[in-house]
Amino acid sequence: MALKLPIFMDNHSTTPVDPRVLEEMLPYFTTKFGNAASRNHPFGWEAEEAVEHARERIASVIGAKDSKEIVFTSGATESDNLALKGVAEFYKDKGNHIVTTVTEHKAILDTCKRLEKEGCEVTYLGVDKVGRVDPDDVKKAITPRTILVSVMLANNEIGTVQPIEEIGRITRERGVLLHSDAVQGIGKVDFDVQKMNVDLASLTAHKIYGPKGIGALYVRRNKPRVRLVAQMDGGGHERGMRSGTLAVPLIVGFGKACAIMVEEGKKESATLVALRERLRARIFSQLDEVYVNGSMEHRLPGNMNISFNFVEGEGLMMAIKDVAVSSGSACTSSSLEPSYVLRALGVGDELAHSSIRFGLGRFNTEEEVDYVADLVVGKVKRLRELSPLWEMHNEGIDLKSVAWVAH
Amino acid sequence: MAYSTKVIEHYENPKNVGTLDKADPSVGTGLVGAPACGDVMRLQIRVNEQGVIEDAKFKTFGCGSAIASSSLATEWIKGKTVDEAEAIKNSQIVEELNLPPVKIHCSVLAEDAIKSAIADYRKKQSQRRAASQ
Repeated sequence: MALKLPIFMDNHSTTPVDPRVLEEMLPYFTTKFGNAASRNHPFGWEAEEAVEHARERIASVIGAKDSKEIVFTSGATESDNLALKGVAEFYKDKGNHIVTTVTEHKAILDTCKRLEKEGCEVTYLGVDKVGRVDPDDVKKAITPRTILVSVMLANNEIGTVQPIEEIGRITRERGVLLHSDAVQGIGKVDFDVQKMNVDLASLTAHKIYGPKGIGALYVRRNKPRVRLVAQMDGGGHERGMRSGTLAVPLIVGFGKACAIMVEEGKKESATLVALRERLRARIFSQLDEVYVNGSMEHRLPGNMNISFNFVEGEGLMMAIKDVAVSSGSACTSSSLEPSYVLRALGVGDELAHSSIRFGLGRFNTEEEVDYVADLVVGKVKRLRELSPLWEMHNEGIDLKSVAWVAH
Repeated sequence: MAYSTKVIEHYENPKNVGTLDKADPSVGTGLVGAPACGDVMRLQIRVNEQGVIEDAKFKTFGCGSAIASSSLATEWIKGKTVDEAEAIKNSQIVEELNLPPVKIHCSVLAEDAIKSAIADYRKKQSQRRAASQ
């Protein structure tokens, strides 16, 4: 089969909608267009039924007992905001302390910063060199004023999967709520809110081949019953936690995307691990001075984050412009700072600038992996010929001993 | 962010990539930037008896704009006198390559690299004069 360019290998940023998902969504734009909150006519009933069916499908992918525990939002950023702000506001008489980690998504970190301005105290736990938080650190950070611990299921840059089950044991024992931004891991790695004692979880459709613009917050109803203050006023939809007319077609798509994950997630993960290892082996067998960022043991199936020493990430991305990937290089961000996640791992800034994140997904093929690996290898070799650092390295100069002038 | 055609042109076919003998007294070497900042440029010039830059070479670790800026810089300084080359401003590079604001530092680095190579050349020359006197 002929290779089709460009190749999309950035499935942590988003994913295409699976055709099976789209097919189920379509009638809800046109003929089945009712408002799920219309209680008095068949258009409303039809929409409500579709929403409740989707809710059950979403609940089942995370092991939630009751579909009422699923609260629809516009996406995971809103879910993260609602979880943290909603809990902080509701439990303010109980305490004001939140524990999280330094490698969380900005939707968590920036929300925490806002809460700090409003009087909350936040502990940001460090991670080890592969990006994992130590459950013991969580235990030590909890004080009588702690109301919430928030740790992501899997990191979006380096794919590291956190020990949620161990953390859940601790938070349950200490009577503290546990939130997890589970966006990257749903259906891909083991995640069960019952087994892992997770009380709140942020989810989104567009990372699992569903549509953009729809997400959910899992809010536990039993043992303990989690309460939160709504962050938007309106008609009191979603059990008073999130007002606003439900986006029925998107919800239907989200439900179908979860149903596919329940059916095929395990098998798909095994395929993705094989593809990822194929990519890694093909690159590592042809290049020196390449390093994997993150954990090989606890890793998202489709994630491979590699630093190509002596080559700058954005420069490399430009060389492989027919392949969509992303980089931890400063040049790809507006801030000119390299990835805070890689920094938190203790990866040097120069290696952070040299990193490329490959995000493999459902629609990538072995042919694509081979093509991308060989293309990357060729371009890295070319860019190294252009790199004064590579030349100095080959001359045996220790780059750390050079008195660089930072600018 | 989309790159300008000129950046892509220089990036894909960089001019004057290479290394000159930095021990040669007629060669000036400038090494600017830092790996931790994501860009390092090494620009070298070979100057003849008349003070004209006969040859220029570069190697750059950095993004496409950094590579293009240094490639353009070597093109521009070749055939110029040292004094003329020293007068090149980063704003001229920005204009020629149509660099967006976030990439202006790449042009600054290229200007620094030219100045640093010239300074190195002058230092070598004055040392040589001092030694021969």
